[in-house]
Amino acid sequence: MQKRFYLISALILTCLSCSSDDTTSYEPVPQPLSIPQIFSDHIIPPIIPTNNPQTVEGVALGKKLFFDTILSSDGTQACASCHAPQNAFTDNTATSVGIDGVFGTRNAMPLFNLAWNYNERFNWDGTALSLERQAEEPVENPIELHSNWDNVVSRLQAHPEYPELFRLAFKTTTITKELTTKAIAQFERTLISANSKFDNYTLGNATLTAQELNGLDVFLREDKGDCFHCHGNPSNPLWTDNLFHNNGLDATFTDLGLGTVTGDPNDNGKFKSPSLRNLAFTAPYMHDGRFSTLDEVINHYSEGLQNSATIDPLMKQIAQGGVQLTDEDKADLKAFLLTLSDSTFITNPLYQN
Amino acid sequence: MTTAIPMKKILTLTLIILLSFTSCSEDNDDNLSPQSIATFNFTHNWDGTLITNANFNSIEYTNAKGNLLSIERLRYIISDITFTSSTNESIVLDNYNLVDVTNNSGLSYTTEIPTGAYNVSFTFGLDNEDNAENYLDLNSASFNVPDMMGGGYHYMQFDGKFINTSNEEQGFNYHAIRAVDNAGTNPTFPQDTFFSVDLGTITISANTEIEVQMNIAEWFKNPNLWDLNVFNQMLMPNSTAQIMMFDNGQSVFSLGTVSQ
Repeated sequence: MQKRFYLISALILTCLSCSSDDTTSYEPVPQPLSIPQIFSDHIIPPIIPTNNPQTVEGVALGKKLFFDTILSSDGTQACASCHAPQNAFTDNTATSVGIDGVFGTRNAMPLFNLAWNYNERFNWDGTALSLERQAEEPVENPIELHSNWDNVVSRLQAHPEYPELFRLAFKTTTITKELTTKAIAQFERTLISANSKFDNYTLGNATLTAQELNGLDVFLREDKGDCFHCHGNPSNPLWTDNLFHNNGLDATFTDLGLGTVTGDPNDNGKFKSPSLRNLAFTAPYMHDGRFSTLDEVINHYSEGLQNSATIDPLMKQIAQGGVQLTDEDKADLKAFLLTLSDSTFITNPLYQN
Repeated sequence: MTTAIPMKKILTLTLIILLSFTSCSEDNDDNLSPQSIATFNFTHNWDGTLITNANFNSIEYTNAKGNLLSIERLRYIISDITFTSSTNESIVLDNYNLVDVTNNSGLSYTTEIPTGAYNVSFTFGLDNEDNAENYLDLNSASFNVPDMMGGGYHYMQFDGKFINTSNEEQGFNYHAIRAVDNAGTNPTFPQDTFFSVDLGTITISANTEIEVQMNIAEWFKNPNLWDLNVFNQMLMPNSTAQIMMFDNGQSVFSLGTVSQ
């Protein structure tokens, strides 16, 4: 009788203990993203995968990995080699050079506000369907880090610090590719830029000059720049739709962009709209870095459009080359665009090596 | 005095305790009024020929004016679905739904409603009060209208290409918004351009599916014969075009199949 009673009591205790934490086991410390007011006021919350929650230890590990050349086969390059903090996490060349001195075909994308990419397609052509998966490819790409994941994992496993850092982040000292990319993605999600002059203007803490205000007008007017349909607006402070468009760069394509990924010819020549934040630090521009200056970019939309079958119907006056802005409007538009740059982002000590 | 508890009672007690714990997370929210699930399914056609996003991107439609055209992007808002009973009592769903045909999202909208016969209607776009609100999901979808063009949101973005008089493909942006004049710091509004769509009387019983059809060809047809060579782009600050869209929109929606 007594034994049965103990058994039942034990059962009840088991049930009761289901919902409580076992205080003896280690858990990483949650570190939710710090969401800027300019975002919480205007847009829906960021996307955090349920199987990769942000933690203090995960972010710290991801940051160490991001800056560590251990990911490259010869130990000469890290993620940060092409995604440098002082360039809003891109570099300053048209395309990026890998460990073997070979240049790729695409401009390195700047990295910020990535958790607000709601459709979760990453890269210029949308190849990667999550930030975690995005981090996989450059490690093995022969014109980037030219490594292979088995070797990288072996090097990390044999490292004096990494097994313990993985234990702290993921409760295991067994290192895998998946955990490595999870940590990098956690760090990348902390790269938040929301402190530009324009952000402060929206929050009532800064004023814009007459030129910058006219530039905003050019940006928003459908009969002038009409930039807002693809590049956001004061109510969408991401300054991108994170979608894919053919913006009239070429009449024929050497790089099919999204079309290569989907196999749909209607997607040929389409590339992701980049955010217009931090343009002051991210030259050169476009998926292939063909434009060295913002003036060249603006001239492209004003007079340089090339027609093709998949050009976006939002592109205007293609027969004339574009929207035909006056010199004054071009200068004002540029002045406005530069108000979207956030110098505190590139100097944020949390993001430095 | 102590009382011995028989074993059977202990077991019963234990079971009750266990059941109490397991039932903690369940709501026993019995609602005695009969509720039905009404699902609105938004379908699209060109004078009766079904259109999905699989039909996008190729020039295969001819509007009433004779313009050959393609559809590349189509998304629009319906809001304030209203159920009015025979006794003139109305249930208004103070909500909106972004129908995004391009991305196959928002093509269905489900709500609970007491069973009964209702006149069912909805608003195309957003009425002026709703249009002045701040909607985080619509901002995130970049569906805004800039303040200098009246602010608020697009009612519809319908983009495509047509063959122009020079026999070349040219883009069009049939974007419906609140009609605006004097775009700038003090825009004015000549007339409302959201409109109500009356689907007629529908009997709602358990799990009723209601098809709402948009005949896209109607945007170009009636009463204004729409020539894309004249009205193609930069139509947002063009109140004449907006009012023509409003006029043509009246015959765009209709009730399709209703199934129980």
